[in-house]
Amino acid sequence: MRNGYNRRNFLLSGFGVAAGLVLPSAPLFAQGAKKVRVGLMLPYTGTYAALGNAITNGFKLAVEQGGGKLGGREIEYFTVDDESDAAKAPENANKLIKRDNVDVLVGTVHSGVALAMTRVARETKTLLIVPNAGADEITGPLCAPNIFRTSFSAWQPAYAMGNVMAEKKHKNVVTLSWKYSFGEQSVAGFKEAFEKAGGKIVKEMYLPFPNVEFQPYLTEIAALKPDAVFVFFAGGGAVKFVKDYDAAGLKKTIPLYGSGFLTDGTLEAQGASAEGLLTTLHYADGLDIPKDKEFRAAYASAFKMQPDVYAVQGYDSAQLLAAGVAAVGGDVSKRAELIKAMEAATIDSPRGKFTLSKAHNPVQDIYLRKVEGKENKVVSVAAKALADPARGCRM
Amino acid sequence: MTPALKNPRNALIATLLVLSVFPLFGSDYYNELVTKIMIMTIFAMSLDLLVGFTGLVSFGHAAFFGVAAYAVVLLSPQYEAASLWLVLPGAVAVAAAVAFVVGLFVLRTKGIYFIMVTLAFAQMIYFIFHDSPLGGGSDGVFLNFKPELRIGDTLLLDLGEPRLFYYFVLLFLVVAYVFLRVLLRSPLGHALAGIKSNEHRMVSLGFPVFLYKLAGFVIAGGLAGLAGFLSACQFGFVTPELLSWHQSGNVLLMVILGGIGSLNGAAIGAVAFVVLQEVFSAVTKHWQFLMGAVIVLVVMLLPGGLSSVPGRLRRLLVGGGSNGR
Amino acid sequence: MDFTTFLIQLLNALQYGLLLFLVASGLTLIFGIMGIINLAHGSFYMMGAYIAFSLTSLTGNLLTAVVLGIALAAAIGFLLEWALFSKLYKRDHLDQVLLTYGLILMFEEVRSVIVGDDVHGVAIPQLLSASVQLSETLSYPVYRLFISAVCIALAVAMYWLIRHTRLGMMIRAGSSNREMVQSLGIDIDLVYRLVFALGVTLAAFAGMLAAPVSSVYPGMGNQVLIICFVVVVIGGVGSIWGALVAALLIGLADTFGKVIFPEYAGLIVYLLMAAVLLWRPEGIFRRI
Repeated sequence: MRNGYNRRNFLLSGFGVAAGLVLPSAPLFAQGAKKVRVGLMLPYTGTYAALGNAITNGFKLAVEQGGGKLGGREIEYFTVDDESDAAKAPENANKLIKRDNVDVLVGTVHSGVALAMTRVARETKTLLIVPNAGADEITGPLCAPNIFRTSFSAWQPAYAMGNVMAEKKHKNVVTLSWKYSFGEQSVAGFKEAFEKAGGKIVKEMYLPFPNVEFQPYLTEIAALKPDAVFVFFAGGGAVKFVKDYDAAGLKKTIPLYGSGFLTDGTLEAQGASAEGLLTTLHYADGLDIPKDKEFRAAYASAFKMQPDVYAVQGYDSAQLLAAGVAAVGGDVSKRAELIKAMEAATIDSPRGKFTLSKAHNPVQDIYLRKVEGKENKVVSVAAKALADPARGCRM
Repeated sequence: MTPALKNPRNALIATLLVLSVFPLFGSDYYNELVTKIMIMTIFAMSLDLLVGFTGLVSFGHAAFFGVAAYAVVLLSPQYEAASLWLVLPGAVAVAAAVAFVVGLFVLRTKGIYFIMVTLAFAQMIYFIFHDSPLGGGSDGVFLNFKPELRIGDTLLLDLGEPRLFYYFVLLFLVVAYVFLRVLLRSPLGHALAGIKSNEHRMVSLGFPVFLYKLAGFVIAGGLAGLAGFLSACQFGFVTPELLSWHQSGNVLLMVILGGIGSLNGAAIGAVAFVVLQEVFSAVTKHWQFLMGAVIVLVVMLLPGGLSSVPGRLRRLLVGGGSNGR
Repeated sequence: MDFTTFLIQLLNALQYGLLLFLVASGLTLIFGIMGIINLAHGSFYMMGAYIAFSLTSLTGNLLTAVVLGIALAAAIGFLLEWALFSKLYKRDHLDQVLLTYGLILMFEEVRSVIVGDDVHGVAIPQLLSASVQLSETLSYPVYRLFISAVCIALAVAMYWLIRHTRLGMMIRAGSSNREMVQSLGIDIDLVYRLVFALGVTLAAFAGMLAAPVSSVYPGMGNQVLIICFVVVVIGGVGSIWGALVAALLIGLADTFGKVIFPEYAGLIVYLLMAAVLLWRPEGIFRRI
């Protein structure tokens, strides 16, 4: 049953562009006249609105730098606000795929929404580029030839941090995160590396999402007196946690580490409480990479604000797509060649050059960063060319 | 509006006709959209049974919708299609059972209190699915194969085929509509109407008011479960967000937008809600502001909802002067 | 858990409970006295926090910001009652639910347009930025203790206002019989307008007070809304004392729940609510 459904939808959805499959003479015509249809499905309202905007800006910057073209073809945008609401995700994705007949779907921030998009993209065989959501499954059990990610997997920065903390001779560590799958996957990644290196997790603590009443946990940490603490929080919760941790006097005695999101886009709000914190991520301030300097200058002049890691991921999504489109001479109906070119691409990213793993997740350097002033200054490379293990991916 | 359509029955038949031929013309996307609107109509009608016909303003109705959707996935085997004979009654029964338990608690309260308590219970059920590994936690869970209807070895109906699914939903929309119509004319329906207009009188007349309300609550929960079942089958994806208070708010909005206390109103509300969302989100990033403004305006200026508009217009044209209520 | 840790957790519970009380008190006031269900209560909390942030960065001083913010919030509440809510007293609760639901959407977008979608912090005033050493490793910020003190003071002040002032008398009378009070020559419309403004101000004040601890971020209002509902449900609609007792109970249940049953921490508050409802369907306290 599923086969019939898939095949039909694939043909219907891709009809506008895949006309080349049916009419051999179409590509020539299509190349000149038709634009590549890009569907941006990102959060433009709600908690993650700022992230959605940054990704969009990054993507558009890359396109503009290519003279308003992508791999030689003009492009047309279709946007949908996904509201970070997973319940609406399949429908919103279908809106772009079936109504607007997009050639490529780009999205999103929220992991639950991205998982649903991945599912829809698999069923309809739509090309999908995930510019942020870190759920391990996207390039794990749900991996597929048409699904790419330009950001990270939850496992990557956390795993790198496990090694960093083991090297710092921390033996007993407490972990704390929200009880949702992204947090749990981060903790699992950390635990894997840290225990392999001989460390011990004294206690894994989770608090209900999106609760931000941390005090009981801080009291428990103080009573347990571990060597260090590893946490996963992001956004408003990250700000409050870092401030509470400092206010409870724990920062002086029990060092705090985290996945990079703990201090990304939040430093202005965290103020002095974040000073000196060590986190791991695939991007950092003060990278000695010419591409990064050029990118930052261009972004700042185009949008009158500083770029962040999300802008970089949006930028790289466009670069990855451009690599594919250029390789097929702008004829996106040559799906197999397009995908092959994207798989083989080396992306000249502001974060440093990266390639894609077999499961289509970036193989990238994870940086150890230290908060100095209002910046996440790079300290060292915590893990060189780290690839996600892509567990459960059969590709 | 042509005179023939002024008669509600003719309008209903016309709507039904349009709906039955729509898939022959509509594109894939719009078929799915209409399917979704029909599911939402069932959902909104189920809530209207409580809000419009019994006077119980439930702000947690999404819980039953969501529980049934989860039931579909959890009752389905992982690597093959589930039997419709099992999952459809199963999902509805689970939703009705949950409604029964919740009803035992919430129906002891009244008025504002009822609104808040239903909200709080729905939120509790939301957290059960969000925090436990039972249904995939916060990420939700996927239905790998849509249910199918078999007798012996012959496949009668495969819900994975969108056009068939459309007619399947349409069938249930008609069934739900007729069922509610009949119910409202039954002794139970009259009792519920009596409770709405004067509960004290019903009590003093010796009616087992609590039991009637519980019956209404369970039936509404079961119907919401039917809608939840259909929704899970349509998208093959179930997430805790289906049970969130935003969903409860949205369906309440549909009921009120259309005009409470009329099944047709629930349908009009569902259509209006989905269409407004489509239109506004195409206009601006801040479309939720427009949505909010429409809600505020409807509440302030159109107490009878959209279905009261033709009557108002008529009065205005005839010069009746009365301004609604 | 040793005894010191237990005491500290108790302090955490009290402190959290008092903050909850502060946010929920405005809600229960508006419910109990005016019979209005106000879903936008969380938005007023959010508004307060954002006002604190904007005015602090403008004036450089949290205290000034709070004073200005209170005036602003009261004015907004007054206006909203005049323009919208006053038209709804004779209508169904349903219309109120809808109206306030619409307002949530509008406020959130207005916030997005004016302040943007970034996360911001508000500095704790210099005077209150110290902390007290509780155990060898743990200290307690003075500002949190200050919040608790303010909450207690407010609870007492509200009790006094409702029990011992002329306005309170009118409020109590108006909540039990609006028409009769009106026939006595009291301007009940003005009383209601003041109560609504007070409710909004309380929510916004809670937001301002909490801003330095919680930071300000999009969607922050929705998070407190539901828990406030639970407080009011447990405490009994319209009861200030009920709200206080319920908030403290929730503080205890939440804090110790997180420590003792971490797996079910998200549910404990709701289980508490179900238990209370079984025992007393109308909440612990029934009247003001």
